[in-house]
Amino acid sequence: MKSVFLSLFFLSFIGVFSAHAGYEVGDVVGEFDLLNVDGKNVSLSDYDQEKGLIVVFTCNHCPYAKLYEERIIELHKTYASQGYPVVAINPNDPEKVPEDSYGNMKKRAKSKDYPFPYLFDEAQDVAKNFGATRTPHVFLLERTTVQYKVAYIGAIDNNPQSAESADKFYVSDAIGELANNQPVKVTETKAVGCTIKWK
Amino acid sequence: MWKKHILPRVAIIGLLIMAFGAAEGAIPVMKFDEFQSKVLQRESDTLYVINFWATWCKPCIEELPYFEELGPNYKGKKIKVILVSLDFKTNLEDKVIPFVEKKEIKSDVILLDDLDYNSWINKVSADWSGAIPATLFLNPEKGISTFREGEFDRESLNKQISQYL
Repeated sequence: MKSVFLSLFFLSFIGVFSAHAGYEVGDVVGEFDLLNVDGKNVSLSDYDQEKGLIVVFTCNHCPYAKLYEERIIELHKTYASQGYPVVAINPNDPEKVPEDSYGNMKKRAKSKDYPFPYLFDEAQDVAKNFGATRTPHVFLLERTTVQYKVAYIGAIDNNPQSAESADKFYVSDAIGELANNQPVKVTETKAVGCTIKWK
Repeated sequence: MWKKHILPRVAIIGLLIMAFGAAEGAIPVMKFDEFQSKVLQRESDTLYVINFWATWCKPCIEELPYFEELGPNYKGKKIKVILVSLDFKTNLEDKVIPFVEKKEIKSDVILLDDLDYNSWINKVSADWSGAIPATLFLNPEKGISTFREGEFDRESLNKQISQYL
């Protein structure tokens, strides 16, 4: 009996340590409310007419975020009109990376003419709730009647160096499937990126 | 006439072979399958410390000296450090080689040239999201396979290593 309890005790630890922190595909997304580069706040509940959201954790400094910047803009240009706009969130601590400060976010958004909000997750709570680990890191959300659920987590495509050389377009494919009321085939992918700079 | 020219030609060809041979020998470029068979699945009683980094990754660069110290610090122990660069292959000549030379990196360096990340990241570790730096501690004979995403400082790296040696 004792050994059973001991095993349960250790199993509970394994559970704690192996538990995937943050949202998994299918999870309901909680409200967030963050400061945008235009000085106003943007919250998830502001998006009450959309079919879904392309939430991208990204930043100014990371070379991989830079490589994907144009592709993130293109995603918004292609899919916002179809009901799937981009919301970009910078989760990095500017104390660690000054290039990712709110002031520099404003500059970046302006110089690149971001057509989507670029939000500052200063407390890093939103990144933690989502379970974001790197930049860029995409969470594609689909809206059910009253709430948003996670439909896909991962990369935009399978070639960071050049969009032309990619031959798997994970986010576009997932949106296409959602739009056709089909299950998303590839719900999770992994990709190299910069670690999020936690406080 | 013929004899007069052959020596310089041989010398030039020899130099070319040396130059290219040396460059290739210094930093092998591998696709994931080759990396898997030559590094991850190598049978050995040595502790492999496999660090994934890139010249563009600041926290990676900051922790590299601690990995470089492992060789001298654990002299006589069965430990081998392999620094796996995830830089693009197109940056081998202009970024990776100059970096390795400038920093006088002594550990083995490999450039893992496989951009279809989702096809192989889980084969390194299911615990890896893909963010770098990331490090795998591997000794199949002793059943050691520990993965960590994120940077080390000197103390935490040595603490980790001392568990295995």
